[in-house]
Amino acid sequence: MTLDSNIDAKIPGGAMADKWTARKFDAKLVNPANKRRFTVVVVGTGLAGASAAATLAELGYRVQVVSFHDTPRRAHSIAAQGGINAAKNYPNDGDSVHRLFYDTVKGGDFRAREANVHRLAEVSVDIIDQCVAQGVPFAREYGGLLDNRSFGGAQVSRTFYARGQTGQQLLLGAYQALARQIGLGNVELFNRTEMLELVVKDGRAVGIVCRHLISGEVFSLSGHAVVLATGGYGNVYYLSTNAKMSNVTAAWRAHKQGAYFANPCYTQIHPTCIPASDEFQSKLTLMSESLRNDGRILVPQQTDDARPPHQIPETERDYYLERRYPAFGNLVPRDIASRAAKREVDAGRGVGPLKNGVYLDFGDAISRLGKAVVEERYGNLFEIYERITDDDPYTTPMRIYPAVHYTMGGLWVDYNLMSNLPGLYVLGEANFSDHGANRLGASALMQGLADGYFVLPYTIGDYLAPMLGQPVVGADDPAFVAVEAKVADTTRQLLSIKGTRSVDDIHRELGKVMWDNVGMGRTEASLDKALTEIPAIRDEFWKNVRVLGEEQSLNQSLEKAGRVADFLEFAELLALDARHRKESCGGHFREEYQTDEGEALRDDDNFAYVAAWEFAGVGTAPALHKEELVFEEVHLATRSYK
Amino acid sequence: MSDARMKMKITVWRQAGPDTAGAFRDYDLDGVSPDMSFLEMLDTLNEQLIASGEEPIAFDHDCREGICGSCGMMINGVPHGPERATATCQLHMRKFSDGAHITIEPFRAAAFPINRDLSVDRSAFDRIVESGGYITAPTGSAPDANLIPIPKAVADSSMDAAQCIGCGACVAACPNGAAQLFTSAKLAHLNLMPQGQAERWDRTIDMVETMETFFGSCTNYRECEAACPKSISVDFIALMNKDYVRAQLKQRRLAGQTFP
Repeated sequence: MTLDSNIDAKIPGGAMADKWTARKFDAKLVNPANKRRFTVVVVGTGLAGASAAATLAELGYRVQVVSFHDTPRRAHSIAAQGGINAAKNYPNDGDSVHRLFYDTVKGGDFRAREANVHRLAEVSVDIIDQCVAQGVPFAREYGGLLDNRSFGGAQVSRTFYARGQTGQQLLLGAYQALARQIGLGNVELFNRTEMLELVVKDGRAVGIVCRHLISGEVFSLSGHAVVLATGGYGNVYYLSTNAKMSNVTAAWRAHKQGAYFANPCYTQIHPTCIPASDEFQSKLTLMSESLRNDGRILVPQQTDDARPPHQIPETERDYYLERRYPAFGNLVPRDIASRAAKREVDAGRGVGPLKNGVYLDFGDAISRLGKAVVEERYGNLFEIYERITDDDPYTTPMRIYPAVHYTMGGLWVDYNLMSNLPGLYVLGEANFSDHGANRLGASALMQGLADGYFVLPYTIGDYLAPMLGQPVVGADDPAFVAVEAKVADTTRQLLSIKGTRSVDDIHRELGKVMWDNVGMGRTEASLDKALTEIPAIRDEFWKNVRVLGEEQSLNQSLEKAGRVADFLEFAELLALDARHRKESCGGHFREEYQTDEGEALRDDDNFAYVAAWEFAGVGTAPALHKEELVFEEVHLATRSYK
Repeated sequence: MSDARMKMKITVWRQAGPDTAGAFRDYDLDGVSPDMSFLEMLDTLNEQLIASGEEPIAFDHDCREGICGSCGMMINGVPHGPERATATCQLHMRKFSDGAHITIEPFRAAAFPINRDLSVDRSAFDRIVESGGYITAPTGSAPDANLIPIPKAVADSSMDAAQCIGCGACVAACPNGAAQLFTSAKLAHLNLMPQGQAERWDRTIDMVETMETFFGSCTNYRECEAACPKSISVDFIALMNKDYVRAQLKQRRLAGQTFP
């Protein structure tokens, strides 16, 4: 393997368990009275962005925070249902920081950076303490202590939850901490504001250019550092469980300014979503993985079995996860559960009117626990399901199918969460760092809050301290003026095409190409096909998109057009990365590389690295930089959940 | 799932910007599937508008799972439409019949100025939270999470209030444009918790008084509870009123004054 000297992950030396302590001690500090002399621009107010902005402001930094929503509380972290992991070991079932670390590295199919994962496991316990202190109403036992439940990929109960609305409650906690700092005047909030470019001067990130979504005004924000916490890129598939506005724009524009994009092909297909029903479908809805604690996944043994589920006798049901993975059963990791469902549906055993789902049955749980307990645990999820499908999950099994849910890839960052562009930090789902090729359930909330509350606030000082006394680069600097002009130009160009196809229409076409060719199963041929079709759709977009309305007003078509334009460039990188990675690992399944039993077959000799791509122009092959992954603690092994 | 397609007449409030006059416009829409969500029906209408060269209807939406609180509009005069405890994005067209005439307006309240069409500015809610809707716990200062046991009933009740999605339906439903349900839900979430006691009285006074600078007064219509997509109870308003009175007295006592 040829490795790259351009990449320095800045991992501290010493034993795995001592690295974070060592880094915290080595990092340069900014004196409390000097912190107010630094301005940090934070983009995004999900778990990572809101927790970072609030914590930096508590420390004394001046913070400017940007959200494209009307209020910071709407970020898509709010939709996370199931829970947040932490190595508290309250249930006394053998959990530890080391076990959470081990499970996460293994769950990520040995494609994560060990040192980052260990730190994540270390700070996980602090996150729970912090959230409880803020008043997050986690579920409790009758004795008043915190309750836990299990999630996929773990054999301990380490998941804290607040009914089926854990993301909502954690985000409200971070939002309230942020609101306090806004009220105190330490944070300036720019709502309804979308970041459209990163500004780089002399190789450093010095600010951003934004558009105010109501007035259409284009303006700049300058800072000593820029923090992107702008989420994942699942909507490149058009249909996903992401919120409709989630997009790759901030990350992609930073990439075009020089930030490396790492492992874009690692996409997570969540096993338990409501199957698509029709061509008007605008998004897919997730049913929390926590349902797999008590629900049993099955298909009829016969193919094309059109009987309603209650008429299929027990002996003719195939609980295929329990059969194939007896140790983990219905709680295998997401990638494995998703592929297993695809295999059943592809073999003709799919259920529902379009035969595009598998059953998730609560019949046993209801007989064992009673309806009241099941309702207490999952009532709100059952309600969501019933509203969408008109079926009652208490009496009829749910129909579920995998859908794009989370993206493990993202902008490359070092151990300090700084990208290769000095001054640009990337947090949460927007970076690539902690989940390898597959994220475990209840770990996204953990990572977002770890990055924002407990990592960035320590590491950013090391970058800022030497800049003491330097003013920010002003918005009147030629670097900003040029980028503002470019943003205005792109807007005018989009409005001037006046073609015949709507933005959504083209986005849907892209999504179909991505799902069919770069989805759950990928082959050399399907990826070649995608790489031919994506540029053609991109050309069509720039020739034939129809964006009505004006620049100087709320124009949602214009907003979408900018985001889809970026997806059309980014999609090519995703497919390219998938074609170059000639192995299967986690969420990246190349059909050519599988075991006799149909499991992912890794190639550790040739691919145990992070693929960090450097932009070279639209339609031009990007340069590949490789960061070698060294496993000191967790030995490389084939994952087994049997 | 059903193959039946429906025809509908949709009347929508169109307004180009915050300072321009608006008006209703009528549209005919064909091919509405009962499995469509209400917002997917609007998506379909918007595609039709774009094809005909008319600007699409602006409306706020994001998660489409009923949790982000972005969406919300008056549907036939009711915030979020006819189905109880359901946000607009979770309302499905099977709740309407073929040939239905649906009238859609933005949330109407003095504190929620219209941005465009169905999109309104709900920033006043943020001002209420900024004035005290939090527990001060700077990062890093927390004790172990299990140090304070919280009775399950208390945690559950707090969670009942905390699940407010901040959509503004309560304000839109209220004849007075009052925000008591929103404010009391945040207050109850925090005031019920042991962690929230230190700031309880200041928080109550600050949030209530900030609320009153933006919103109307509560006269117990209870329309808010009926419109709330999370079924948040007006009991929390009673708790807020009680806390507000107690807070006034507590402050006097802490300031060394006497009272009967």
